[in-house]
Amino acid sequence: MSSQPSPAPEDFLRVQSEPRFTKLRSDYRRFAFPMTALFLVWYLLYVIFAAFVPSFMAIKVVGNVNIGIVWGLLQFVSTFVITSLYVRFANCTLDPEATAIRTDLEDVAAARAARGDADSVEEVRP
Amino acid sequence: MSALALLPAALVPAAAPETKVGNPWINIGIFAAFVVVTLVVVLRASGNNKTAADYLAGGRSFKGWQNGTAISGDYLSAASFLGIVGAIAIYGYDGFLYSIGFLVAWLVALLLVAELLRNTGKFTMADVLSFRLKQKPVRIAAAITTLVVCFFYLLAQMAGAGGLVSLLLGISDKTGQSVVLIVVGALMIFYVLMGGMKGTTGVQIIKACLLIIGAFVMTIWALAMHGFDFSALLGAASDTAGTSKILEPGLQYGKSITTKVDFLSLGLALVLGTAGLPHVLMRFYTVPTAKEARKSVVWAIWLIGAFYLFTLVLGFAAGALIGSDEIKAAPGGVNSAAPLLAFHLGGSVLLGVIAAVAFATILAVVAGLALTAAASFSHDIYGSVIKKGKSSSAQEVKVARWTVVVIGIIAIVGGIGAQGQNVAFLVALAFAVAASANLPTILYSLFWKGFTTRGALWSMYGGLASSLVLIVFSPVFSGGETSMIQGADFSIFPLSNPGIISIPLGFLLGWIGSLTDRGSEDPAKQAEMEVRSMTGVGAEKAVEH
Repeated sequence: MSSQPSPAPEDFLRVQSEPRFTKLRSDYRRFAFPMTALFLVWYLLYVIFAAFVPSFMAIKVVGNVNIGIVWGLLQFVSTFVITSLYVRFANCTLDPEATAIRTDLEDVAAARAARGDADSVEEVRP
Repeated sequence: MSALALLPAALVPAAAPETKVGNPWINIGIFAAFVVVTLVVVLRASGNNKTAADYLAGGRSFKGWQNGTAISGDYLSAASFLGIVGAIAIYGYDGFLYSIGFLVAWLVALLLVAELLRNTGKFTMADVLSFRLKQKPVRIAAAITTLVVCFFYLLAQMAGAGGLVSLLLGISDKTGQSVVLIVVGALMIFYVLMGGMKGTTGVQIIKACLLIIGAFVMTIWALAMHGFDFSALLGAASDTAGTSKILEPGLQYGKSITTKVDFLSLGLALVLGTAGLPHVLMRFYTVPTAKEARKSVVWAIWLIGAFYLFTLVLGFAAGALIGSDEIKAAPGGVNSAAPLLAFHLGGSVLLGVIAAVAFATILAVVAGLALTAAASFSHDIYGSVIKKGKSSSAQEVKVARWTVVVIGIIAIVGGIGAQGQNVAFLVALAFAVAASANLPTILYSLFWKGFTTRGALWSMYGGLASSLVLIVFSPVFSGGETSMIQGADFSIFPLSNPGIISIPLGFLLGWIGSLTDRGSEDPAKQAEMEVRSMTGVGAEKAVEH
């Protein structure tokens, strides 16, 4: 299975405090956390309106289509839009940053293994 | 039932008892064809199943789209297909609310869980949770919540199968239904034993394609009957129902303030539970990289979203063309809306296809659940706790296979025992446990440095126990018209869905437990987990054959 050498604990500690890793982490979290809050609030608002203000949801918009159905369909639209936004963000911003860090770490681990540092060649844990 | 008299003559074959719709032999024939095709897939997959990575994670070599299709096959259970179409047909708008929760929930998996989990784990949820915490207690707790969620979900599927049998095969006596349950269970055991994750994934992909194509055809058909005018379809549904209330929220949940809060509680569990369902999480390990895990979820979101849009049309079409009285009177009740609509549209053949798909759904979902439970038992309990990480991959596979047999037998016995019981609440309960016991610990361990072993244990056991205790003291168990235990009333908790209490409690306990834990966790392990989760360093690679 993974026969690749694993980086040593000090490598992980070093990388964790490097600016490019903290940038990757904050880039990711600055996208994922507010977006999660946004769609959860948007969904809960919808559920609360459906449960407690059904008369508002019953207002007709076009023909027999009422606000409730439109708002429900908008939940589908928002889900699809957030999915697409995240994929674009991850492909353009997160993936290159993560790949650069991973490649460097793998090189460090390989060099360490080549020097015969037995501790770092053990099988990746969990 | 007087409502049965309303059944159009065409729906009731003259020589058959009035509970039968369509031709059972066509239904059985199409299902048998599905079984033959999937058997070939499973047997072809059975060659390369020696290591645990092969058997439990399909060699981690599935493509994103394959895994995404399999995820939707796993997720679109009989409950979501038959249940949602039926709920929309009878309760109108309130049925639609379910499907939205089920879909939006995938954003939690996409944004917060799938990729990081793929980068840090191997087979189970416990791999991630125990990464930087104390192995033994955290693994045991995670395995317990995994097994509980799988068991509830499994029981709900098998109990649903009983109702389906009476509707689709015309078998209404208990012995006959039990025989069919044994056949379904035995098939499932065989599939999972032989095919492992590869075979199960193949079955789920085939089933997902059949289900989505079948629903698509019926959707176009139903829309065509109303001139492709969705508003006209809604109008027809409210005409048949005799009230426009069917187009508004409130028919099912609008009765009182308690039912409204109950619905809010259910909505919370649906949206937060999906990303904590162990059989969903396990599917992220079947792809080679985090990027493929992301693609899987994206595929799943598009497929599941499209499917729920179909069910919106199908539900109102069933309400318009068949009507809620007739659906309620049919064997299988609410669940019969989709099959009855298929029969109304395309006669015995379309009904046969939909019936076969419904059975395939139960088979595929049950197989996925059994494999997940087996992975958790063999990898977490046997491999990591009993053998303390010294077990070989071959031993874990062997234990996993035995676990599958045991779980299959439990599923059959449980399914037979649950016949005639009102167990519809079990799916919602599985989501509530996943959201209260699993999700808080997953999120804390991925994102919060200060999270500790005590926090994890308090959160998992607290979330699990509070969900179970609240449901036992709810109207689901006693004191209501449809309660499991009749003639007693100890329902001191008014809601049927515990999520609104148990989910915040799970998060709170994780936080308090961590703050009061004097022992701190290893910062090097935390660094390793964070760097690995974000970059994929040292993540398990695909198996080369």
